[in-house]
Amino acid sequence: MAPFSGSGANPLRDPADRRLPRIAGPSGLVIFGVTGDLSRKKLMPAVYDLANRGLLPPGFSLVGFARREWEHEDFAAEVHDAVKAHARTPFREEVWQQLIQGMRFVQGTFDDDEAFERLRGTIEELDKAQGTGGNFAFYLSVPPRSFPVVIQQLKKHGLADQKNGAWRRAVIEKPFGHDLKSAEELNAIVHEVFAPDQVFRIDHYLGKETVQNILALRFANTMFEPIWNRSFVDHVQITMAEDIGIGGRAGYYDGIGAARDVIQNHLLQLLALTAMEEPASFDADALAAEKTKVLGAVRLPENLGEHTVRGQYAAGWQGGEKAVGYLEEDGIDAKSKTDTYAAVKLEIDNRRWAGVPFYLRTGKRLGRRVTEIAVVFQRAPHSPFDTTATEELGSNAIVIRVQPDEGVTVRFGSKVPGTSMEIRDVSMDFAYGESFTESSPEAYERLILDVLLGDSNLFPRTEEVELSWKILDPIEEYWDTHGKPAQYPAGTWGPVEADEMLAREGRSWRRP
Amino acid sequence: MKTDLTDTTASKINKALVQGRRAIGTPAVGMVLTLVIVTDEENAYDSLKAANDASREHPSRTLVVVKRVSRSPRDRTQSRLDAEVRLGADAGSGETVVLRLYGEVVDHAQSVVLPLLLPDAPVVVWWPVNAPLDPAKDPLGALGQRRVTDTYAAEQPVRELTARAETYTPGDTDLSWTRITPWRSMLAAALDQVSCRVESVEVEGEEFNPSCELLAMWLADRLDVPVKRSLSGGPGLTAVRMSTDCGPVVLDRADGSLATLSIEGQPDRAVALKRRDTAELIAEELRRLDPDDTYASALRYGVDRLNATSDAAEAFSVDGVGDGDRDRDRDRDGEAAGDAAAEPEAPEAVAKGADGDGEREAVETPVEEAAKAPAREAAASEPVTKGAAK
Repeated sequence: MAPFSGSGANPLRDPADRRLPRIAGPSGLVIFGVTGDLSRKKLMPAVYDLANRGLLPPGFSLVGFARREWEHEDFAAEVHDAVKAHARTPFREEVWQQLIQGMRFVQGTFDDDEAFERLRGTIEELDKAQGTGGNFAFYLSVPPRSFPVVIQQLKKHGLADQKNGAWRRAVIEKPFGHDLKSAEELNAIVHEVFAPDQVFRIDHYLGKETVQNILALRFANTMFEPIWNRSFVDHVQITMAEDIGIGGRAGYYDGIGAARDVIQNHLLQLLALTAMEEPASFDADALAAEKTKVLGAVRLPENLGEHTVRGQYAAGWQGGEKAVGYLEEDGIDAKSKTDTYAAVKLEIDNRRWAGVPFYLRTGKRLGRRVTEIAVVFQRAPHSPFDTTATEELGSNAIVIRVQPDEGVTVRFGSKVPGTSMEIRDVSMDFAYGESFTESSPEAYERLILDVLLGDSNLFPRTEEVELSWKILDPIEEYWDTHGKPAQYPAGTWGPVEADEMLAREGRSWRRP
Repeated sequence: MKTDLTDTTASKINKALVQGRRAIGTPAVGMVLTLVIVTDEENAYDSLKAANDASREHPSRTLVVVKRVSRSPRDRTQSRLDAEVRLGADAGSGETVVLRLYGEVVDHAQSVVLPLLLPDAPVVVWWPVNAPLDPAKDPLGALGQRRVTDTYAAEQPVRELTARAETYTPGDTDLSWTRITPWRSMLAAALDQVSCRVESVEVEGEEFNPSCELLAMWLADRLDVPVKRSLSGGPGLTAVRMSTDCGPVVLDRADGSLATLSIEGQPDRAVALKRRDTAELIAEELRRLDPDDTYASALRYGVDRLNATSDAAEAFSVDGVGDGDRDRDRDRDGEAAGDAAAEPEAPEAVAKGADGDGEREAVETPVEEAAKAPAREAAASEPVTKGAAK
């Protein structure tokens, strides 16, 4: 078979023809740990949705690898159920018929050499039967401890070798280690087998439309960029709150905690996108360069005790339901010091942001599920109105609502109708659901497609991951040796210590 | 929420829109465009339904302009405007105003529509049927950045394509073109997989389906090779066969939903290519509001330049509809390409030869005869009379 000739050589491809979608070239996806929750709820439906939107190449193949004793048909049935239950787009038989031809299942454990030989046989068979051209992405939806063994097995059985212009890519999920040292070890293991540009680290937040919109908002418009700096911005709050507890993830969560689970990846990526300088172009290298620069400029507060807070949820009432405390959850040591809430203050040492604090917070069992970035502006330097008129006026703010109810809110003061001069906060709202499609593509759809296209814009790179750990490690070390997490009742917005942390600087947390 | 206004004016309608929004408690306007649908009573329901479905992706203010027929001279001198204002759940995700025009005002519909356009938002005008000959010069069409017509709904679709090419203005677009996006994208993907030079192409589909001609013209325009249009029983497009210097590349869809892609030296693959409903087409159309240069270029290629020589047509049809020996097919196509270059006057000959044939006949006649139908239609020189005749 002739190799992929590239879009430049294809006379039917024309950059001016914007109706034609980007379709991935001939390829297949191998999912390790295909029986897991992520695979059923996100990956399989995303593959179907992509196929339904006509974005997958003809002959696209999906290979499942797991321990379960399944035939190809059982696997197909499982995918079918997952797609019916979780896909975003309606189920269409002909799309399913297209997909099912390329579905294979390989049974085995990760240390089973025979299984990996079978996997290689399957891939070779698919190249012949489906024309996948040797292009395969390996999605490692497996526990972190299995990473090294799977990667080694791929190497041992020649599955990671790129021959005759074909590509082999590895897709890995967080956690990317649990501190700088382990992250470096993990990177070493992965890079020994896959070249850095063939490794895709999934941070599903970056696949979200609203997160990509941060770049559009900042760099496609003129009205925001001039005020996006220390002369106008008072501080920035980045929040990711969950209303659920740890559920059945006790084994994973205990010892990791909120800061490692969320701040290290999601929140620091959001910070990087919010604070970075304008990239020279929108390609992966230019973006990564700017993100790396801004992450490298992050400075920790000197007094970590005063400017960081961690907490654990205690028993309480959450949205009308009684919730148990973290220490009472099944499988959690009653003496656990793991944080389920973390708030930190960071500063960015560059000309744009010097002196502007970035407050990051995340937690479980908070008031409601919400992720947002709030850029809070300074108060007007002089007000011609007397103080009673502006008593209810807060600071202006631009809030990027990442989820749910994706959109952007601008808050400013406006006169209350009436004979007296009274100014109050009002908000102006842009909601994605209102102005654009009812259902934006799922983050995983976008990310899987980008993996197949080899487009690494939306994937954090090794340096970004290591820089993030450099930011978080001193905080974790401080927490390990000082005190213990503050308790906060489930269903509230975190421990009082967090409120005090901001109050000391004359600020307060937004109620998201 | 629904408000009926009888014998009304645009400013009263605007007032009703504002009041309606207040009443249902959503004073914010998040709509991104105004969609004007110009239709007759017969097609109003279907078009509005499609537009409402599409508005879930593109929240819009939809103005349906229904031009009523006046049956007596007295009716024609009076004029009246009735409106039906729909908001909230009754109007997809946006606002809908159905405007019914009687009498003289029928000829001045733009005066009703202009005050009702959303400020600062793009305007799209869509004629589901009876599109004017020159959409950009039409008083309603002139209000829009984008003018959507549908040659599929025309009496003589292929002739209408020629007319559209003559009056093309940036911003014009045709739902028959929108219909073939999945085909185009699949064909482009197919050529991504091989590094071969295409030598000739055959596009097969039902008669009176301008999508086939548009696809053929696009292929001819992009590939610069002879393209033949042949007929089948449908539904819609049924196959595209490209002969390349490394064997045929065939995309075959017999049943209107699941297609087979066969490439020489590669296994056959099933691909989903479902015929889409109008709502999906409109939603795609509203996604991009800039002029579609690819469409313009394909349209201007000209229907009459398809089926370059009669020899070429025969060469294709002898080998039948694709089941034959592929290698032989390829050789024939190679010849055909040569012939096409040698006889530039051929299209005229084809057109003349087919003159006077009954159009209906073509369906049953063998492929050689039927294949000439599009060229014949295109070559007919009488003016297109459909226009706003209804």
